[in-house]
Amino acid sequence: MADDVIKTDVVIIGAGPVGLFAVFELGLLDVEAHVIDILDRPGGQCAELYPEKPIYDVPGLPVVTGQELTDKLMEQIKPFGAEYHFQEQVDTLERIDDGFRLTTDCGTQFECKVVVIAAGGGSFTPKRPPLPGIEDYEGTSVFYSVRKMDAFKDRDVLIVGGGDSALDWTLSLQPVTKSLTLLHRRSEFRAAPASVQKMLELVDSGDVIFKLGQVTQLHGADGQLTGATVKGADGEPFEQQTEIMLPFFGLTMKLGPVANWGINLDENLIPVDTEKFETSEKGIFAIGDINNYPGKLKLILSGFHEAALMAQQAHKYIYPDRKLIFQYTTSSSKLQKKLGVK
Amino acid sequence: MASITFIQPDGTENVVDAELGMTVMEAAVKNSVRGIAAECGGACACATCHVYVEEAWREATGQPEQMEEDMLDFAFDIQPSSRLSCQIKMSEALDGLKVRIPEKQF
Repeated sequence: MADDVIKTDVVIIGAGPVGLFAVFELGLLDVEAHVIDILDRPGGQCAELYPEKPIYDVPGLPVVTGQELTDKLMEQIKPFGAEYHFQEQVDTLERIDDGFRLTTDCGTQFECKVVVIAAGGGSFTPKRPPLPGIEDYEGTSVFYSVRKMDAFKDRDVLIVGGGDSALDWTLSLQPVTKSLTLLHRRSEFRAAPASVQKMLELVDSGDVIFKLGQVTQLHGADGQLTGATVKGADGEPFEQQTEIMLPFFGLTMKLGPVANWGINLDENLIPVDTEKFETSEKGIFAIGDINNYPGKLKLILSGFHEAALMAQQAHKYIYPDRKLIFQYTTSSSKLQKKLGVK
Repeated sequence: MASITFIQPDGTENVVDAELGMTVMEAAVKNSVRGIAAECGGACACATCHVYVEEAWREATGQPEQMEEDMLDFAFDIQPSSRLSCQIKMSEALDGLKVRIPEKQF
């Protein structure tokens, strides 16, 4: 397996604006990086929460949307050829002889000299409806994502929600399930119109059952769901039989496995110094919204500053014998060569 | 200034003063009112600042706009009085507003 391990200078955890800009600052210093993010695309909160919302406090850009900022950062860091690993979460981080070994939930392994945690508010994870006892069914009858469609073959499936995930999985799973019921609190859907149209056609043909309502209680035993009590649109409860439930209520941010890596935490934030933005563990840095220090402001621009200072120290760990001479991109031909502009 | 009463699920009340123009969510966060997560910071993008507006105040607070109604799909235990508190702006007409906080935001 050792051949499969990805060896690199730095692993950056989090592909939000600050993680992305860290690629730039490290790249100027000849430090190469791999970036890991649980989302399926770069941008972090900018992509997930504010893709179309304006940001007014990025210096030099009077107004920019979350998506535009992400796109511009991706363009800016392109010369450094970082590699991205999306839809993966770092599960474990251990110290090895000359650095760290990280393993993701997909089994990807990295060995690096420096780790940069730029995880913002934490990992985006599916919201768990606050139904009593729901955790007893998770992984057996209740699922927040679909990894193998086979698991739903010839089963009675209840999909809850009215967004793109709920609609997409209704369309994908319907052909394999024994029965598929879509439950949503209203008859409007916040999803791609084409998906809504297709779903309605399946309802018309009787292949999908659509019901209005909200789940209030789960029934079953030993992790096996038998049904749910649903509050109907008229407020009256009814029983819905099902073996499987897939609730799609969007994402929330959870600190996740970071808490298990032996780094000092303070109220779910990582305390760092303000010279290097290093954590309690030498060689592990924390930048952006996830860190804390006296005077900390959770601003993108602060994260950019933190990335620049972090890179100086990371360089020392990676090239202990090299003297770092401070240079400007405007005037240094060396830096311009790295950027591909000369 | 206008006052807002937040009623917790256990019945305890937090009365806070809000500046006019501030949102109900901002007033809650500023005063550390329990049960308002407001993960997205007020962008109407996360549905974790869900409240129930008390009956007497429903007319004054009005109906959710389309974006808010859509986002309410991602909140739990939606009732006719459900609103996202980041979308209710305080005005003199709302002085004394009462809202209930759900058992859980998620």
